Parts: sequence; structure tokens; C-alpha cells
Amino acid sequence: MSSNPYIRDFPIFGESSLVYLDSAATSQKPSLVIEAMQGYYRSSNANPHRGLYALSSEATRLYEKGRGDFARFINAPDPSQVVFLRNATEALNLLAYSYALNTLKPGDEVVIPISEHHCNLVPWQQVCKKTGASLVYLYLDANGNIEGEEIGKKITGKTKIVSFAQVGNVMGIELPTARLIAKAHEVGAVAIVDCTQSICHMQVDVQALDCDFAVFSAHKMFGPTGVGMLYGKKEFLEALPPFLTGGDMIEYVSEQEATFADVPQRLEAGTQDVAGVVGLSAAIAYMQGIGYPAIQELEDRLTAYCLQRFSALPWITVYGKAAEGAGRFPLITFAVDGIHPHDVATLLDAEGIAIRAGHHCAQPLMHYLGVGSTCRVSFSVYNTIKDIDRLIVALVHARRVFGYGD
Amino acid sequence: MEIDSLYTQVVLAHNSSKRNRRHLEHQSAVVQGVNPSCGDEISLELDISEDQVIRDVSFVGTGCAISQASASIMADLVRGKTVSEAKNLSDLFFQMIRGGAIDPSLLEATVFSSMASLPARVKCAALGWRTLEKALAEGESKSQ
Repeated sequence: MSSNPYIRDFPIFGESSLVYLDSAATSQKPSLVIEAMQGYYRSSNANPHRGLYALSSEATRLYEKGRGDFARFINAPDPSQVVFLRNATEALNLLAYSYALNTLKPGDEVVIPISEHHCNLVPWQQVCKKTGASLVYLYLDANGNIEGEEIGKKITGKTKIVSFAQVGNVMGIELPTARLIAKAHEVGAVAIVDCTQSICHMQVDVQALDCDFAVFSAHKMFGPTGVGMLYGKKEFLEALPPFLTGGDMIEYVSEQEATFADVPQRLEAGTQDVAGVVGLSAAIAYMQGIGYPAIQELEDRLTAYCLQRFSALPWITVYGKAAEGAGRFPLITFAVDGIHPHDVATLLDAEGIAIRAGHHCAQPLMHYLGVGSTCRVSFSVYNTIKDIDRLIVALVHARRVFGYGD
Repeated sequence: MEIDSLYTQVVLAHNSSKRNRRHLEHQSAVVQGVNPSCGDEISLELDISEDQVIRDVSFVGTGCAISQASASIMADLVRGKTVSEAKNLSDLFFQMIRGGAIDPSLLEATVFSSMASLPARVKCAALGWRTLEKALAEGESKSQ
């Protein structure tokens, strides 16, 4: 473990002693991704889908190759079922405004877990306000799981949409994905899964999940910021009206009317982030090069070690505990007795350790847990046991600064 | 910067002190201040006399040590001062945390001069003072 073979793939670590424990916010980028994007700008840059010249065709080819790469990565039946957007937030907004706003009626219900990131909460809240539908929450048990009884009680004949993160960004545990999707379908609701946190740690197979839509962000899976992915079942995507209109998404435009291209182009208005998609292709290649089994083995070891070290410190409270047989992801949310999370983060930062502190874009969950904010560490392939040892030393130091003994 | 120069005894003592953390019997103003991105919040209470002297000031709230200590130090500084003196101190404080001169009349609040090199935490140190400015501005518009 002392010689992690992946650190050298990430130039940000270079000779520095940075301990980066905020991969759940965004992962660091391997050279492979950085160089692929640079290579695109150096030798292949043109506006795709337009120019009748070789360079534009090359840009189009690379962009569409990215679509194919990602479709295969999530086992989508066809590349046309992948739409490129800016991020998962934009994908969820597209579903809220193009789908929900046009279909919800007063009395209908949208069901989400209380643990959702604001990106899978605020768009539904706003659309419910506009349509007279209700936003209904699935509450968590003491460990952060959702019990079957809660699912049966909340997902009913009134439910039109069930949307949830496969792995939450605060509790770090997998929700009962199969059960939620099956229940949604049983009552005739659309099932949307946010795979932003899950896909960097586990294989996502959209056909096996049988979800109707799934959303992703490239930057959480070693890719660049600015690229998000929406997967949809063909008949659902085809039913979506355009979200943004303009260039590249039309079929024919007259002075007063326009007809629109087929999906996915219909949902991709304007010049797209080709370099970002090239970076995504490289990120997928990087992940496939390591493979999920190796990623999981490394991350599981780090998570277990960190939890073990935390358990020896009586002044640390960890939130969330995975259900029997469910995955515990490399993300631990915790509190340090007597020190506000922001002070913890500042003191750790002074030691070169980057952690997240705050409400993690999940204020309703923080309120539900009865805490204002918390600390969070999250791990990726470039982290080591030594990083966690340094974290512990820095936490002990923080307690001393605040006048506490060991 | 040396982080220990921020989390000093002064800051830690003010953070845990109850002296300024109370309700006032006579309140001429009660104003809420929040840092939405942090969740820091304080409710500042002021007792301002007819002749514009801050007879007493207190606060209740929750937040990081920097936000709470800064509010407490601010309360000590402006208590007994006139409204215009308090405004002047506030101007000096904001000048300091933006990297400007460190005025000795800020006394204990000069500990926050290091905030200029901690951009992520400036809003924490500023919360108490920002809320004070809001309270004084509201008082002014009321009296006009």
C-alpha cells in the first residue's frame, strides 16, 4: 500500500504532499485525460456537426465516439440514448422542465429521498410549485437507509416520478436501488437514478437497473468539468420536448416556425464541449484500465481503515451505516466534538489536507439529521493509508488547538 | 500563514464565552445575520439610547469558532460607543480583513487580520460586523 501505483498518473500530486480527500466533490484528473483534451485542441479542433471539411468531420467523429464509449460503459442499448449536457444538475433540470413540467398535474406526487443533493431536490420542488403537484420525501432510518415500509407507504398510485441517487453524497451508502425502481414501475411512475457518486466506484448497467433515466457527471469519474450525461430509454427520450433551443438541435427553421432534430441532437443545443467529451473517453479508458475490482479493493481498504481509526477516537461521530449486504462507499461524513466543521477544515487545510465541510448541498438532510453541517472525507484510487494516518494526526492536532486532550 | 495565529487563546476563549451570548432586557433592534453557504447564523441584539449610544449589545447563534468569536469581540468593541464610532470601527475591520491597514483601535479584533490570506473564511469573520451594519442602517432609516 505504501507504493500506490496510481498516484503517478495524476500530475496534481507531483512532488507536492497534498492529501486530497474530496473526490466526492470532484476527482483529480489523470494525465491521460489532460493530454487527450490538449491533443484535441492541438490537432483536431473544429465545430462538429457543421463543417463540410475534414477537420470538422474529425471533431464530429471524436464527439460521437465519446457518446459510443459512454453508452457501452453503462451498457446502454444504443449511443443515441446518451445526451451530453453540462453536468448531472443540468440533466435533472432538463427532466424537471422538459418532462415533469409538461406532465405533472395537481394531486400528482414526485418522490425523492430526504438525503438527496440539492440538484435532485430543488428542480422538483420548483416544478411541483408550478404544477400543483406535491414533493414527497422518503425518510431514512437511524443508519441512513430507507426501509421497505417507507417505500411502500410513500410510492403510491399518485406517484408519477421517483428520483434518487444510487449512492448519496453524504451517507455514502447505496440506497435500495432495485427495490425503488421496481416499486416506481409497479405504480406506473418514471424512475430516475442519479449515478453521479456511484459510477466512480461500481459498474452501472442501465439495462440491468431498468431505470427510465439516469444522470452522470464526467468530472466525478476522472473526466473534465463541464460534461454531464443523460441516459434515457428510447421511448422516454423521444417524448421529451427540447429544453434549450438554438443551433445544432433543429431540423428546419422558417421565420415563425421550427422543426427539431431527433434525439439526442434535439436536446443538445449549441456547440457542444467536444474537448470535454474527448476527456470523458480518456477517463473511461483510464477506469477500464484499472478495472472496477481493483478500484473497489483499494477503496474498500481505505474506507475500512479510516472507519477503524475513527472508531478509536471517542470524539468523532460517523453518520450513516450501510445495511447488511449493501455497499459502503469510500465516503465518510463525520463530526468532531467541540469543533465546528469549518474550523476542522481550515485546520486540516493548514496541514495540506483537503476535506469537505458544510452542508454538502443537502440542507434538508442536515436538518433531518439535526446537524448544521458536518465534515466529509472521500477517497479515490490515488489515496493511501498514509493519507489517512496524516488525517488522524491532523484531527488530533485540531483537538489540541481547541484545548482538548487526546 | 501560521494557522495557530488565528486559532489563538483570544479566539477560542471568545468562542466558548457566554458573556456576550445572551438576550438583552431592553432591545432597540434585533437583527438576523446568516452565511447561507456555511449555515452560520447569529441574532444580534442592540440597546441604543436616544442620543445614539450603544448601551449594550449581545447575540445568540451557532457557527464556526471564527464567526462566533468575531461576533463576541465585536460586541465588546462597540459596547459604550456611539453609533458613528461603531460604524467607523466596522469600516476599519472590513478594511483590515480585505488586506488593508491594521488599526490598533480594533484591539482584539486585529487577530482577524490573517483572514486576508484565508479567502474561504472571510465571510465567517465578517458575519457579526455585517449584521451590526445592517442593524445600524435599519435604525437610521427608522429614525428618519
